[in-house]
Amino acid sequence: MKPFTQVTGIVAPMDRANVDTDMIIPKQFLKSIKRTGFGKNLFDELRYLDVGQPDQDCTGRPINEEFPLNQARYQGAEILLTRKNFGCGSSREHAPWALDDYGFRCIIAPSFADIFYNNCFKNGLLPLILSEEIVEQLFQQMYQTEGYQLTVDLQSQQVVTPSGETFAFEIDEFRKHCLLNGLDDIGLTLEQADAIKAYESERRVSAPWLFDAVKN
Amino acid sequence: MAAKTLYDKLWDAHLVQQRDDGSALIYIDRHIVHEVTSPQAFEGLRMAGRTPWRVDSVLATPDHNVPTTVKERASGISGIEDPVSLIQVKTLDDNCDEFGIVEYKINDQRQGIVHVIGPESGACLPGMTIVCGDSHTATNGALGALAHGIGTSEVEHVLATQTLVAKKMKNMLIRVDGELGEGVTPKDVVLAIIAKIGTAGGTGYAVEFGGDVFRAMSMEGRMTVCNMAIEAGARAGMVAVDDITINYVKGRAYAPSGDVWERAVEAWRDLKSDEGAHFDEVVVLNGAEIMPQVSWGTSPEMVVGVHDNVPDPAAETDAVKREGMARALEYMGLNAGQRIADIKLDRVFIGSCTNSRIEDIRAAAEVVKGRKKADSVKQAMVVPGSGLVKAQAEAEGLDKIFVEAGFEWREPGCSMCLAMNADKLGSGEHCASTSNRNFEGRQGYGGRTHLVSPAMAAAAGVAGHFVDVREFVRG
Ligand code: SF4
Repeated sequence: MKPFTQVTGIVAPMDRANVDTDMIIPKQFLKSIKRTGFGKNLFDELRYLDVGQPDQDCTGRPINEEFPLNQARYQGAEILLTRKNFGCGSSREHAPWALDDYGFRCIIAPSFADIFYNNCFKNGLLPLILSEEIVEQLFQQMYQTEGYQLTVDLQSQQVVTPSGETFAFEIDEFRKHCLLNGLDDIGLTLEQADAIKAYESERRVSAPWLFDAVKN
Repeated sequence: MAAKTLYDKLWDAHLVQQRDDGSALIYIDRHIVHEVTSPQAFEGLRMAGRTPWRVDSVLATPDHNVPTTVKERASGISGIEDPVSLIQVKTLDDNCDEFGIVEYKINDQRQGIVHVIGPESGACLPGMTIVCGDSHTATNGALGALAHGIGTSEVEHVLATQTLVAKKMKNMLIRVDGELGEGVTPKDVVLAIIAKIGTAGGTGYAVEFGGDVFRAMSMEGRMTVCNMAIEAGARAGMVAVDDITINYVKGRAYAPSGDVWERAVEAWRDLKSDEGAHFDEVVVLNGAEIMPQVSWGTSPEMVVGVHDNVPDPAAETDAVKREGMARALEYMGLNAGQRIADIKLDRVFIGSCTNSRIEDIRAAAEVVKGRKKADSVKQAMVVPGSGLVKAQAEAEGLDKIFVEAGFEWREPGCSMCLAMNADKLGSGEHCASTSNRNFEGRQGYGGRTHLVSPAMAAAAGVAGHFVDVREFVRG
């Protein structure tokens, strides 16, 4: 998993509450055998005017010009600014996969749905909680300034605006540690590689039949 | 030393690290992989630049999506007509080739349903921890092993680290005392258990099946019972090791031999619960009271004896249950009080990881022999659990018995158990099925599944409706 330390990037709006995972990535894309490639179908129903199909080339599809991610000023956005209860609905891990694949590193909202919140950390995304007032303030600033950027610094737990204003945010220490070091569940377990190896070498002696190779 | 249950022993022997929050790191000895739940796990490895920790602990085979007609199978993977199925099977092949994992490919004779080939090949052994991205992995618990299903992110975790983050479950003993009546099979035993404890009865528990009935049961039978532990809510089911276990394992392709075999057997002899070991819950059934079972509803606990009638929701005092029963009756197109024997069948399915081993095929063949499928039954199919089971059955001439009776003899795979391939029920059709789940739509949209033993399914296929196989065989 890629570590998350500090990101300075363009902010794009998803200006509504209760964005569910089916809106983030509609169910027809779940048949895929991959966990990459979902970026082009992120918010598919809002982004395009037709109904998207898995494995379709999206370049020629009619796009919804009104949708922010289709507008020039938000291209290359790495931070998504949204309203409360983001990521509700089905537990699909495809939702963070799609956001990550699109290029987002951080999502700022007043609150997140539980499972989605957990799934973000497994995929190197930072779901960042700020109060509704601050989120509203950021929305205002973003709309007023083309190319509006924020800096999110995980180490110091701060969001910095272009004018130098800072907002502190909370995050669980353990999760912070994992994100800073790029440790997903597997990365964490691999920190215990020595213990696993020690167990293995003891068992290889005491129960060698467990280590016979599966061969063709 | 405190007395331990079989589960305690298996857990303790695989504990790499206990963590403060109650979770633990458990070492996994064997990992079985199939095409549906593995693609994203492999992709995750690739993206992170990781390789399997112990690649020779993994065995793969495609089963869920493979076609089972001789015609489609003849051209191997390219014979798969459904494009999504084809991609999944092809992806498994590619991933196994890339990472160097042994795979029994589609037309390898050793290919079959994951939970059939594990024990059959000797890849799964007593005392092991065994995982697979599939909820019926507990089948392997029949060997005296700790086996359970895992999700896709855990598949990746096990591939990369050879371990699983787990919490210890509670211990439950399900004891079936006495002796089974003639014609009563392991499938009837497990259905009766689920009827008694309910589909959530085993939630949070590792279940050990014990008592005289299990001591007398064959390995195939023990697998049928452990297979359905998940239908009683338990992720893991297991049976203590005895001579039956050891004789079953001996000589299998990956079983140890020589000195190591002797040492292994000595260790395996201890794979039983100690005298006085503590179980958090004990459930007792009397084997003699178990009748051949038939499920009437849309949950595996909705099951009665073949001589019973479809129950009446009005007699149920629990409101939630009552409503569930009424909904099930409506979906199944049955009336309260109707005789089970009056349910007419449209199709018969003999197969799945629950009942597709040689003993199951033999039991069905014995019933079918010299008889004919009822004309009213549109299709009766027999799908062996693996290519080796198929070959064995053919060597015994069982395929001919089925074909002569008008039953179809298929290639190995999951088939109509979950209808991911072309084998499906039509809407409203009733099926006597040896599989494990009778959920709405499980065997095809609108399909109506009745879970039964292989012998009962075979008899229903001949009679056109449910019959007590014991009376049927006697004539
Ligand atoms: S036979 Fe059915 S239950 Fe068993 S693994 Fe296949 S699909 Fe799952």
